Amino acid sequence: MMNDSLFSLVCAGEIFELKAELNSDKKEKKKEAVKKVIASMTVGKDVSALFPDVVNCMQTDNLELKKLVYLYLMNYAKSQPDMAIMAVNTFVKDCEDPNPLIRALAVRTMGCIRVDKITEYLCEPLRKCLKDEDPYVRKTAAVCVAKLHDINAQLVEDQGFLDTLKDLISDSNPMVVANAVAALSEIAESHPNSNLLDLNPQTINKLLTALNECTEWGQIFILDCLANYTPRDDRESQSICERVTPRLSHANSAVVLSAVKVLMKFMEMLPKDLDYYGTLLKKLAPPLVTLLSAEPELQYVALRNINLIVQRRPEILKHEMKVFFVKYNDPIYVKLEKLDIMIRLASQANIAQVLAELKEYATEVDVDFVRKAVRAIGRCAIKVEQSAERCVSTLLDLIQTKVNYVVQEAIVVIKDIFRKYPNKYESVIATLCENLDSLDEPEARAAMIWIVGEYAERIDNADELLESFLEGFHDESTQVQLQLLTAIVKLFLKKPTETQELVQQVLSLATQDSDNPDLRDRGYIYWRLLSTDPVAAKEVVLAEKPLISEETDLIEPTLLEELICHIGTLASVYHKPPSAFVEGSRGVQHKRLPGSSAAGVSEAPPAVIPSQGDLLGDLLNLDLTPPTTTGPPPPSSGMQMGAMDLLGGGLDSLVGYLHSTMGAGFGAPPAAMPASFTAPVSGGLDDLFDLGGGVGMPMGAYSPPKTVWLPAMKAKGLEISGTFARRAGVIQMEMTLTNKAMSVMTDFAIQFNRNSFGLAPAGPLQVLTPLSPNQSIEVTLPLNTVGPVMKMEPLNNLQVAVKNNIDVFYFSCQYPISMLFVEDGKMERQVFLATWKDIPNDNESQFQIKDCHLNSDAASNKLQGSNIFTIAKRTVEGQDMLYQSMKLTNGIWVLAELRVQAGNPNYTVICTCVLYMYLQFNNINIIIIPAA
Amino acid sequence: MIGGLFIYNHKGEVLISRVYRDDIGRNAVDAFRVNIIHARQQVRSPVTNIAHTSFFHAKRSNIWLAAATKQNVIMVFESLYKMCDVMAAYFGKISEDCWTPKENTVLTGNILDFGYPQNSETGALKTFITQQGVKSQITSQVTGQIGWRREGIKYRRNELFLDVLESVNLLMSPQGQVLSTNVSGRVVMKSYLSGMPECKFGMNDKIVIEKQGKGGRSEDGGKSSKQSIAIDDCTFHHCVRLSKFDSERSISFIPPDGEYELMRYRTTKDIILPFRVIPLVREVGRTKLEVKVVIKSNFKSSLLAQKIEVHIPTPLNTSGVQLICMKGKAKYKASENAIIWKIKRMAEMEESQISAEIKLLPTNDKKKWTRPPLSMNFEVRYLKVFESKLNYSDHDVIKWFVTSDEVESTRCAADAAGADEKKEGCPVTSSSSSSLLLFLLSAL
Repeated sequence: MMNDSLFSLVCAGEIFELKAELNSDKKEKKKEAVKKVIASMTVGKDVSALFPDVVNCMQTDNLELKKLVYLYLMNYAKSQPDMAIMAVNTFVKDCEDPNPLIRALAVRTMGCIRVDKITEYLCEPLRKCLKDEDPYVRKTAAVCVAKLHDINAQLVEDQGFLDTLKDLISDSNPMVVANAVAALSEIAESHPNSNLLDLNPQTINKLLTALNECTEWGQIFILDCLANYTPRDDRESQSICERVTPRLSHANSAVVLSAVKVLMKFMEMLPKDLDYYGTLLKKLAPPLVTLLSAEPELQYVALRNINLIVQRRPEILKHEMKVFFVKYNDPIYVKLEKLDIMIRLASQANIAQVLAELKEYATEVDVDFVRKAVRAIGRCAIKVEQSAERCVSTLLDLIQTKVNYVVQEAIVVIKDIFRKYPNKYESVIATLCENLDSLDEPEARAAMIWIVGEYAERIDNADELLESFLEGFHDESTQVQLQLLTAIVKLFLKKPTETQELVQQVLSLATQDSDNPDLRDRGYIYWRLLSTDPVAAKEVVLAEKPLISEETDLIEPTLLEELICHIGTLASVYHKPPSAFVEGSRGVQHKRLPGSSAAGVSEAPPAVIPSQGDLLGDLLNLDLTPPTTTGPPPPSSGMQMGAMDLLGGGLDSLVGYLHSTMGAGFGAPPAAMPASFTAPVSGGLDDLFDLGGGVGMPMGAYSPPKTVWLPAMKAKGLEISGTFARRAGVIQMEMTLTNKAMSVMTDFAIQFNRNSFGLAPAGPLQVLTPLSPNQSIEVTLPLNTVGPVMKMEPLNNLQVAVKNNIDVFYFSCQYPISMLFVEDGKMERQVFLATWKDIPNDNESQFQIKDCHLNSDAASNKLQGSNIFTIAKRTVEGQDMLYQSMKLTNGIWVLAELRVQAGNPNYTVICTCVLYMYLQFNNINIIIIPAA
Repeated sequence: MIGGLFIYNHKGEVLISRVYRDDIGRNAVDAFRVNIIHARQQVRSPVTNIAHTSFFHAKRSNIWLAAATKQNVIMVFESLYKMCDVMAAYFGKISEDCWTPKENTVLTGNILDFGYPQNSETGALKTFITQQGVKSQITSQVTGQIGWRREGIKYRRNELFLDVLESVNLLMSPQGQVLSTNVSGRVVMKSYLSGMPECKFGMNDKIVIEKQGKGGRSEDGGKSSKQSIAIDDCTFHHCVRLSKFDSERSISFIPPDGEYELMRYRTTKDIILPFRVIPLVREVGRTKLEVKVVIKSNFKSSLLAQKIEVHIPTPLNTSGVQLICMKGKAKYKASENAIIWKIKRMAEMEESQISAEIKLLPTNDKKKWTRPPLSMNFEVRYLKVFESKLNYSDHDVIKWFVTSDEVESTRCAADAAGADEKKEGCPVTSSSSSSLLLFLLSAL
């Protein structure tokens, strides 16, 4: 208990007393005193004042006492750096002690003393311990390298500890291997490019051998490390999978999850028709289900991970619906997660059972759970068409219960059902209208108003109903106000005679009495539409709405891929990438599944253009969007645009804007280089170099391979893939349009949003013949750069709208900056020299290109094809330095220095620029720094 | 990796705080207390992010354990549980007194180093704490391949005890239809063997067993009386060689000394319930409740169920209970809010019944009684040893823990039932010391 004598230390008097005891001659008394000190320390009390006295007790041969003193040192050395030096000698001595326990203890404690001054004294003892004969000491020393790296990374590199650590991977003791792997993985995280964990088939083999023999935690370290390896071919990944699968029957669920991660990742490499692929799928299900019988906390973690797995590979658990049924004594967090997975697994085959369960859940006690269950019923209706009828009747039953929050939730989902199956279940409207008065949540009110507006022609007293809402118009939330405005306009268009007064009332309320700009804008638009062209108004407001998608709440695919790579870690529980919750540069590497189509295509998700819910969607009143995934909000930059217009010259303002924003962000460029941009470097520039590798091939500008910009799913069957190229000084957008719909597509047109470099189509889209189903057409669209300018994020983002006879579709893509390098980008030598010198040193930015096996001349030739001109070349100490210049279409000059060392495949690039700019260079981010 | 480890008592007072990494500030200890322990609402997630620090937390008998981190780490719940196990093994139970700093401060240093979980073998850690500076083989033991067993163990009598504990979960619809059943079993071993014994444990899953029941099988009709049972999945203690299990389906291991859980298994197919429990609940007005529970045994003649205990939950506002039971003893326990009905033994095809009249205090609480599920425990002694050459003596205890869950609120309980699996366990005395070959052919 807390009144234990060891815990009762509080006041200064006692500190004094302890001091006396610590300095006592009697060993027993000393020991007791140290224990008391540690007791206070572990409960979080401050006993740092006793530092010198405790350190004096360090010289002892009593192991127990030594352990306690070391524990004290770990906690307080940092607050007393000068005193800590006193301890160094003892550490050095203890590292030579005949007892391996003491050696290990010393080396463990040493690493925890986070005092810069004394780290260098510790290198020698650490070096010895890394080569100690006792594996226990070696494994402790391996972790100590990671600790030291955390304090002083440079020192660890200089002292060559990293190499020693790498050697430990081949150690005979599995535990040492595991700890070395853990330490290296952690160090590698802060050096994404360092290639520390050089995983090759040999090391993989060693790791797999150690996997069978080390402790459970060691197995986790090794499995996590394996997950970062990319096998060369499917055979290798199969053999790794075969050796990892036995881990699925481990009792430790963390081991199981790590093994699942490795398997999920390597499965991507396996061809689907392989027998082994099917076997593996079958093997994955039972362990995942078993995780659900563990402790509730673990169940939660398992469920969050299963949620990801089910989205990626629904076939694994499709027959296991029953295990996700909620149990009476599950904690609420387990219940909610189970419910989520149940909906994902719902299919025609099991829908009856699922619905029966959901109906039970809707009568539970926990409000959140009940709400989610009601919502789930609606989602089932949308997902499984055959069940829609039963779902609707279940929802109606629930509405009859008159439980307030159940009714509201049901109305919200019924609105979605109406959207999915228009004109099918209107008979229930009457029941819904009965509950009008009990709705007090904005979402439910808005949903109800939407329904009334949408089906105004079938509700006799629609005008009365809406009028009743109008009374308290100003007290409603914006959502409801917007809904009400639209619903009344719809009503007016449907029954113009009776409701003229009402529509005038709402328009004046929205435009004159409201200070919400959204509401006012929408009000004005309707007003003008109605007053100028009622027919057009009808076409706009009562237009047919796009159907809502079946699957809802799906995680965006690129994020899902990343999260799959993080199974079993915090990221998989939060369903967020590590960069979202880890501070600093650590751990922000983006992991990708091997061999997947999305790998390395685009940094930003392509779906930044609002699919629904904005602009057009707003007018069509679709802002009550179903729970679909929405991308980041579109750049709404009214302010910026205004500023730009005032300044007149698009470029000037762009520069000014960049100055102000980038100045803060990149104050210390080389140091602040984010890890995220160094990672993809190896990809893109290499492409640039590798291109035209064939002999005698004409040097042309680099053009990335075509990628899918607009998937058919999002555009009613129209798929657009494309790329950009610069041919003979003209920027071209090369697209393949594929019709995957059932009907013929005609009347194509294209338009760009404002963008950073003023790209605009130089002519109309040349699709002359109608595009019949399953037909593809190649289109080349010449571009010019005289269009309106607006800064985009990222800079090379281009938002495109394509229209055909069916609809207008939006997508965004990113063009390679190299496309904008103009042919007269060769700077005069003198000018180059002067400009280069003018650039302050601290504005330089540096990065490395990996594994490029070209000599400097070949590189220079190749780059020239992309209008990157070599101005001068210098050779210093076997290093070729190429000085290069390029000019962008808007007249900005970029200067670069490329260092090539013969035999070393890594290039160093130093970039400078006449302006602050953040460019995306074929997928490579380069920070280009100004010459002031 | 883990940046800090905090242990609190139920009041939120810190028992242990260890910070392994610099990124966890000292205020993290308080942040957790304020946001989780002292938060008024229910725990909505065992993983929470407070001010950019993620906390994994679990509560074990009044003790809060929390691991804090700022990085993307692997799940560490297992290590928290292990820590509890170690404490329980060392002190006999987990309570506040366990966390006096004498031993555990050193202990936590051995479990986690720089936030990396290191060692969680109970036996080895015990040696760590107790040994006093003597140069021992502990270092080679904990880093070696067999970290869970020390060398040189000697017993005069070599003994091995095996318990099979099963719990049956049953989910029933309000209409009485069985939605899902599953059996999760644990094989718990107590080994007192000398040297480094190599043990083998056979499992005859997918075996086809001849049904013994002859009478009362008419409903099976023309169906064959053979039946196969498959295990859905099993997990093993760290000591079992998993790769060998994967390739040969044989469980081979060098056991730790003392008690441990060798394996867990799970099965869902073809479960015949040994008992049927039929509850009837009738609400008579607002202050009275009538409950009637019937249990019927439904297993074959050679078996006998013993120490049957039925746990019938009652509403919170119960003021008094009147009980009439045909067999056994029943008692209302106010502290557990339940009626405990104990029957010493029950043979095949027997039926027994209890009826209770529960008086309720009138409340104005609108929340209706959620009707928690009924649960039932019993033991079955059953043994079949196929290996007669080794002198096995035949005592065995099989404990069946049966819990039933239900999704439904109109009934008081669902069927509580055991499974059709027959488990046999046996304590084994063997004369061979170091290579004891144990064949346990259980009809899993």
